Formats: sequence, C-alpha cells, structure tokens
Amino acid sequence: MNLKTNAMYSVPKLEDYSPDGLERARNEFLSALDTDVLNATTEEEWKAARDRWMSRKSGLLSQINDTWLKSSPPEHRRNTGQLVNELKEIVTGQFSQTPDAILGRTKNQALAAERLDISLPGIQRAIGVKHPVLRVMDEIVAVFKAMGYSVGEGPEVETDYYNFESLNFPPNHPARDTQDTLFIAGQERKPARERLLLRTHTSPVQIRTMEKQAPPLRIVIPGKVHRNDPLDATHSPLFHQVEGLAVDTNITFCDLKGTLDHAMKALFGSSVKTRFYPSFFPFTEPSADMQVSCIFCGGKGCRTCKFSGWIELLGCGMVDPNVFEFVKDNGYDSSKISGFAFGMGVERIALLKYGVEGIQLFYEGDVRFLEQFS
Amino acid sequence: MVRRVSTRHTNAMRIIPSWLREFVDIAVDDRQLAEDLTSAGIAVESVQQENGETIYEMDLTTNRVDAMNHYGVAREASAIYDIELKKVEPRLPKPKVRRSPPPNVSGPIGMTSFAEELNTADTGTFPIVIEDPHGCARYTARVMRNVKIGASPDLIVKRLELLGSRSINNAADATNYAINELGHPTHAFDLDLLEGGTVIVRRAREGEVLKTLDGVDRKLTTEDLVIADGKKPVALAGVMGGFDTMITEGTKNVLIESAWFEPWTVRSMAKRHGMHTDASHRFERGADFGITPLACDRVAELILQSAGGELDGVRIDTIGRELKRPPLPLRHSEIKRNLGIDLAQLQVERILRRLGFETNGTADPSAPPSASSGSARDDNFGEGTSNRLSVHVPTWRLDVEREIDLLEELARIYGYNNFPNTLPAFTGGVVELPDEPKNAKVREIMLALGYDEAISITFIPEQEAQTFLDSSSAKTHADAAPEPLAVANPLNEESAYMRTSLLPGLINMVAYNLNRGTTNVRLFEAGEIFEKLGERHDERRHLGFAATGDAITKSVHRTQPEPYTFFHMKGDMEKMLSAFEHQSLQFDTTVPACFHPGRSARAEMDGATVAVFGQLHPQLAAERKLRQEVYIAEVMLDRLYQHRLREPRYQRISKFPAVGRDFSFVFDDAVTFERIRFSVSELNLGDVQSFAPAEVYRGEKVGAGKYSVLLHAEFQSQERTLRDDEVAQWSTQIIAKLEALGGVLRAQ
Repeated sequence: MNLKTNAMYSVPKLEDYSPDGLERARNEFLSALDTDVLNATTEEEWKAARDRWMSRKSGLLSQINDTWLKSSPPEHRRNTGQLVNELKEIVTGQFSQTPDAILGRTKNQALAAERLDISLPGIQRAIGVKHPVLRVMDEIVAVFKAMGYSVGEGPEVETDYYNFESLNFPPNHPARDTQDTLFIAGQERKPARERLLLRTHTSPVQIRTMEKQAPPLRIVIPGKVHRNDPLDATHSPLFHQVEGLAVDTNITFCDLKGTLDHAMKALFGSSVKTRFYPSFFPFTEPSADMQVSCIFCGGKGCRTCKFSGWIELLGCGMVDPNVFEFVKDNGYDSSKISGFAFGMGVERIALLKYGVEGIQLFYEGDVRFLEQFS
Repeated sequence: MVRRVSTRHTNAMRIIPSWLREFVDIAVDDRQLAEDLTSAGIAVESVQQENGETIYEMDLTTNRVDAMNHYGVAREASAIYDIELKKVEPRLPKPKVRRSPPPNVSGPIGMTSFAEELNTADTGTFPIVIEDPHGCARYTARVMRNVKIGASPDLIVKRLELLGSRSINNAADATNYAINELGHPTHAFDLDLLEGGTVIVRRAREGEVLKTLDGVDRKLTTEDLVIADGKKPVALAGVMGGFDTMITEGTKNVLIESAWFEPWTVRSMAKRHGMHTDASHRFERGADFGITPLACDRVAELILQSAGGELDGVRIDTIGRELKRPPLPLRHSEIKRNLGIDLAQLQVERILRRLGFETNGTADPSAPPSASSGSARDDNFGEGTSNRLSVHVPTWRLDVEREIDLLEELARIYGYNNFPNTLPAFTGGVVELPDEPKNAKVREIMLALGYDEAISITFIPEQEAQTFLDSSSAKTHADAAPEPLAVANPLNEESAYMRTSLLPGLINMVAYNLNRGTTNVRLFEAGEIFEKLGERHDERRHLGFAATGDAITKSVHRTQPEPYTFFHMKGDMEKMLSAFEHQSLQFDTTVPACFHPGRSARAEMDGATVAVFGQLHPQLAAERKLRQEVYIAEVMLDRLYQHRLREPRYQRISKFPAVGRDFSFVFDDAVTFERIRFSVSELNLGDVQSFAPAEVYRGEKVGAGKYSVLLHAEFQSQERTLRDDEVAQWSTQIIAKLEALGGVLRAQ
C-alpha cells in the first residue's frame, strides 16, 4: 500500500486563522486528499484511504474538527466552521462512491485469477446415436411420406400364404428357391398355406394392407426380413427393406418410373439419374430393376460403382393381376385398377452411403462403429 | 422385392457373341450388343476377352429359360434390331430305310404305332412307350449306327471350353453343344446297352436303383419319372442319364433322346435326389415342347459330322399329350392403361413377330384409312372392334400366359428407358400407424439418455431361448405356457431359435465391446421377440437396454469416475416410463433368474408388468467372462403401449412460499422406502408437494439390521401461505405413520 504521501500529511495546528491562513490550510488539506484518492488503485486501498479520512474517531475529518475548529479563536470560529463544513462535504462526496475505475480494475484482477485453460476438452454428455441402417430407413420413409404415402407394417413370422402364395409364387415354384427361406419348426400338420416362416421380404405387407384397405392406396413399408444366409461381409441372415405400393385407377408404368426417379432425387440429390432394366419378380409384371447414377462419382465411374457409373438399387414393377386376384373382394379388380410396387434393401444403401466395408458391422453393436454415425 | 445374385441359385451362363452372329446379322459391336441385350432384360453381367473371343457372362432371370442359349439370345437381338433370325435347319441324309411317319398321338398311353410296325425289322428303330404322359408329354428319338466315338472337332471343343465345359467325346459333346445352341437338353444312350429293345417312360417301381452318370446309386421311389429299357431304369427323366448305358469309347450304336418333361415332376425329382443339373434346371423352368424334333436332328447332325455312322430309320416322335395354349388377346386400351403410352400397331406386331409370336389383328388391313383420320392414328389399333389382336404364343415361351405378359414383352423391347417419367395424381389420405408416435418417443428418450441404438441377430441358441424366456413372458397368457419358437432349418446350432428376449443379443453386444477394450457401453434395441403358445405363436415388440462401466467418466476435470449403478438404470427406466400415462407405477423384486436377486426390479404399471431390469446375475456374467457389472433392462412395449403417451399438463406455479420439514428416522432394513412412501401417501395430505429421502446411513452408529434415513417433506399451497400450526400438525401425522412402521424418530 502506498501511503507515503499521506504519511507526510497530518493535520497541522492552525497558527494563522486569517482568511489567508485558512486558505492555505484548506489547499494543503485538499491537495493531500487528491493525492490519497489518486494513489488508491485497488478497492482495499480505497477503503483504507476512506477510513483515514473519514473514520469517526481518528479520521482526518475528525481531526480538523478537533484541531482547527475547537481551538479556534472565537472571532474566527465562524470562518473556521464554514471551512470545516466545506471540507467535510468535499471529503464525504469524494468517498461516497467507489470510482468505477477502481471497481473495474479490482474485478478484472479477481476474474483474471479465475481464468481457465479453455483449450482443455469440454465435458460432454453422451447422446445416443441412431443405428445407421435405421437412420437410412427413416430417410427413405420420410421421402415417401412427403409424397403422400402412409406407413404400413406386418409380422416378421409370416405364413406361406402371405410370403409366397398370394404374391404369385405357386407351391414348388423355382422362384421360391431364390428366397433362401427360413422356416419355423413343427408346421408339418398345418395346411401348406398356413405354415409359418420368416418373411423373406416386406412384400407380404402389400397383401395384408390391401386386405384391410380398399383402393386407392399408397403405402411405404419399412421392416426387417430374414433369409438363410450366414453372416459375413456380404451376407446376413437379417436385413431391412423398404417396400412401396401404389394402387389406383390411373397408375401406369410411367408413373412407377417417375415416382422412383423423384424419390431418388429427394434421397440422393437432384442431379441423380435413374434407369430401368427388365427383371423378374413373380408379383409384378412388367418387372424392373432400377439403377441410379453413381452417388459417389456422379456417373464417371469409380470403385463403388465398379466403374460402370451406375448402382443397382431396387426392384420394382407393375403389380401382377394375379396378386390383385387374392384381394379382389376388397375392390382390387385388375380390369379397373392398376398399381406399382417397389422394394429396396436398406443395408445395401447404408453400406454404399457410408462406405462401410462389411454388412456384419451393422449387427455387432460395436460402439466404436455405431458412434461414428452421430 | 430385392433380387439378389445368389451363387447357389445362379442363372449364370456364358454366351459367345460370335456364335450369336451365326443366327442374326448384328450390325453393332459386342459391347453395344451387350448393352442393348441388357436393356431388353437379357442381362449381360460382364464382357470379357478369352483366347481372342468375346465372352458374355449372363445373369438371366429365372423366368427366361428360353434365352438360356445362343439361339434364344439371338432371337432377342433380332427383336431389338428388327432383323431376321435365321432358321436352324439340320441337314441330314435321307435315312436308309423307310418313309417318314407322321407324329404319333395315341392318347394317355403313347406308343408309336410306327415303331410297333417296325419292331420286327432287322434295322428296326426303337419302340417308344410313354406310360406317363403327364410327366413326359413328348419323346423324340433317333437311332444312329456305326458311329465312331472319338474327339470332337476343334470348333466344338473350343466353344465348349469357352463356355466352361470340358470336352468328353464327340457324342456327349454333341448334346452339350446343342443345349448351348438351342437350349434343349438331350441325351445319348449306348443303344446296345439298352435291353429289351424298347424305351419306356414310366414312374419308377419301389425298390429300383439307378446308378446315375455321376456314379451314385440312386434309390428310386414311385414318384420318380424314369426312362427305362425293357428291364431297368436307364435315366432319371430330365435330370441325369444312367451310368450303365452311357456312351463310352466302345459305343457303336446310339439312341438320341430329345424329350419334354413336365417342370414340377423334374423339380421334385431333382430336389428329392439333391441333384441340380443343367438339364433339370431347364426342364424345371419349362422347356420348349416344340423343339424336340429340331434338337434331336441337330444332335444327330453333329454326331454324323464328328463321329460318322448313319441314321437308322426316321425320327421317332412320340407325343403323350399335346401342349396347346389358346391365343391371348391384346387390347390396345390395355397398353395405354398399364404402360402409360400408346404404341403403334405396326410396332406392336413387329416386336411380337420378331420374338416368335404370331398375331392376327381383327382389323381389316386392306381397308383404306378413313378420310377423317388421316393422321398418326392410322398407325394405331384403330377404333371399335379392331383395337384387339389375337396373339399365338410360341412353344418356348411358357412364361407368357396372359395379356399382361405380352405388355411386358412390348415394354422391354420398346425399352424401359424410352418411357417418360410421370407422377400419378392421388386421391387418398395419409394414415399413420397407431404405435408410431410411441415408438418415436421411446427411441427419442433412449437416445437422449445416451444409449446407442443397436440391432442384434434375431436368432439365439436353445439354452438362451430357455434362460431368457421368462424375462419377457408374462403370466397373463392363460392359455398355454410359452415356449421358444424353433427354426426348422437354422443357419447353425447357435441360431436354432427365435429370440425370446432382447437381452441375450444385448449381452452379446456388451461382451463384444468389453472384449475389445471398450468398457463404457450403453446400448438399446427395439424389436420383436417371439414365442410359441401351443399351436399359436406370438410376436411382440420389446425394448431392451444395457449399460456397463461409468455413468460419468473420469477425465481431466474429474479424478474419479461415477460408476453406472442400479439406480442409474432405474432413473433411466423411470424417465422412459413416465412418458406414458398411468395411475400407479410400482417397483418390486419379482424378477427372472437372469438378474442379480438383490439388485434388480420389476416395474408394474397399473397392475401389469411393463419392465424388468437390474444387474445381470453374476453367475451368468461369469459364464460369459464379463469382468464388470453389466446392467440390463427389458421393457414390454406391447404392454406399455396400452397406455397413452403422456400429454403435457400445465399447473400454475404457486405464489406462496414452500415450507420444508426434515425427519430423521431409524428403521429396520426390512422397511423399504417404497413402504415409507406408500404409508405417507395414504395420509392424502393435499399440500405435500414432495416427500423424498435425503440421506441414508447404515453402520455402527445405528446398529446391524437397521438404517437411518433423513426424510424431507415439502409443503406448499396454491391458495395461501401455510400456517405453522398446520405444517406442525401434518408433520405429527407423518411421524405417527412412520412410527407405526416401526421407525424411531431421532430428530425433527
């Protein structure tokens, strides 16, 4: 604390009560005050200075009262009194408020002492991460919802009827072989069409929905399916599909193409192109495979598209009249209505989209893997 | 509808474009041809060069067996480019003997009367009897004598090699070459090894055994269709020939078989005997009824060219039953209605004819175009009755059965990519699934609580299916005791059952992480679980979650981690359950055996079990070599979803001060907080805002079997400032209740 100057000032006895003498005493007093005020740079020093000047018992103000006023000759008492009052006001005024400068400086010093190394890592609260496959599935479903599709669902354990027969896979048809179906045990005593199996595609929900709802119809069906394929980098006993179905009096092959082209642009960006090839599914006629221009190279050719510029993404087609035949009683008369259906494997799209190198990674629950998709 | 290229069921085959060019004069190069074929649905998977030849690897769809050969692919090219398809016309010398007989149709038992007639002749051809005209609709044959079995000509050897087959001998290669050229499976027998001077197509007899070409003895059943001689079966019809009658180097005389076998008959035989051959693959999918004579002659021609010899007699063509199909209608209006565009009649007819369909328009082609419609309309089907074609389907297109199938033919040759893209107008409404908001809410909460979403394999081993059965199963199934649902043809033993709970999958995933050094894991999965209930089965949606490691990890800011405990899980569970409307939510210790008995709980909402959760039983953890505490939870979403989602409710915030009171009690360990809470709630003190434990202490100071607890009650009224005497009176009531539970008040 720098009280050097103040230490030099103490209230002198007044010898000279003349106006000049009072004037001198006044100036010395105020000059000392100024010095003290200026020298107080912290709040503590400010308080110390205030005490020195204003303390009731021994403050400099009390001293001038005692030293100057009380011992003044009666003829000068009036002037002296005035002077003391004046100085009292000045000092009180001076110390009534801590100057902002001092306050600010003090605060800053205190805050500076609380300084953190803000470059240290933050304390993060964990937020769970959506599974990449379900995330992609949500995106696909959202695209079709925006196009006026309702969402449909159905069981994973299905009957032969819904998974095959009503989708125009007759019993013993070779097309059934391509499905690698997993069957539920102990079904031998049931009629063939009631036997249980694990649905190999989400297409049974087409029939289930048409049984419940008369045309017109627009549904999108996300779901899990199973096949007899051991898990490795390219195969999985379970995977997810998104199926779609639109039935109305006016649905054509051009609408199928246009709808999927629109959906792919919504999913992958407006510069994506689609093209269609004849294919075969028992429950559509005509049937098609759809390719999109490679979403990585834009069609120039890269490893992902095997340098073809195109990626095969889904199967589709016009609903086969034989399928409508199974729900004829619910208003599906194939001479009056028509429809299209499509289905895509979600894992395949997720693998492509994120460049994941093996499908089994999706089912291991490795948090180092999952948490990359936040 | 996802078509997967599966190696097990492949329709992979090779096509040599230079061979195609023998049948059509294709102007474009091999690469362009491959693209154009692919666009028409004859998918060329890859184009390669081998020994100076271009090779196409094909990936044909199962319905297009007609295109699984060079002539069939050439026909497609002829339609695509609208160019002529050349005929295959084997040039055979006039047979030494006899006139050419007409094809023989003789009802269910088809016996060639012609052959019968010749039976006694020295050079007599073979009598052929079709005993089963359903299984074998047509059997065409030729007899050749004095052939010399040896090597095949270079062209044949080279082509077969390019196609991936080994050359065997000139006779066997001839049938192999013909199948690749024309698509029809044929077979050559050593005539001298056929006993009894006849060939009979019949069902096998019980106990008959046939050694097939692959050297395996096949036990036959009465469902098997065989080719037999007078004494024994000599071939499994449409699947594989017999070992004992095959062509060998010593063969002199040959019988060529070119037959049509019924698809299901062949398919069931191939399945029964576990044999999948090129022949069975084609017959199963529907071979060409009309081509048997041509295929027979072509094989004969090839053998003559490479093995010499002579034809003995004429072709024997025995028809068990005719495969006739009525013509299909093709209405112009259907083209527009299904495909969305008009196609000119000329174009329609051109496409169909090039593909081998015959069309008869009902329009009079000689009628001059009417003056009023001198525009493009002339080109179309026209008006009234004339907008309809009658289409005869060729014998090789068994897949074309309906008008819609014709539309597909038109669309694919016209080119799918030449159709414009349009969007349909729609008049229906959008319906949301009833559980969708609930599923979304549960997922949102789990993610917010820091659990990562996982998907586990749906299958579990039997032992786990049993162990975890009751963790999800409820006593509410009065009808039958739930059992695990078994898979008939599982991938392996570890996947023999459908999961009965989500817990095994979650525990496996936790273990997977711990084994890889990830010690803090929080996972959840929402999915279906399965049960067998007598004759029925059940499929229900559950939520499972699991956690291990730290609730709050150690870091530069925190020297000690906060381990994840039972109460973290309980808190997460409470957060999740509180999203649903309910009257009561209670926790007790009635839990399945997979849980730590002292650190687990069951949550009961309005009287129904909705969740079980807690620490995995240390013994189960030890069996799985889990060296840290693992917490697991399973929520029966199907039951939770009986409750509505909680609607937000607003209550005015009281303007009056809250008053707190603390009570310090000592209780027996047997008195749970739940009992204390329930006891106090029975008082129905309306202005008690909260009643909660603040501190619990067990130790020397209170003695064994006891614990002390600091309870805090908060009183507040919506209407006024509470008076001291009221609060004092309530406190007295609370104390009395707690003392009734055996509690000893230490301080207030």
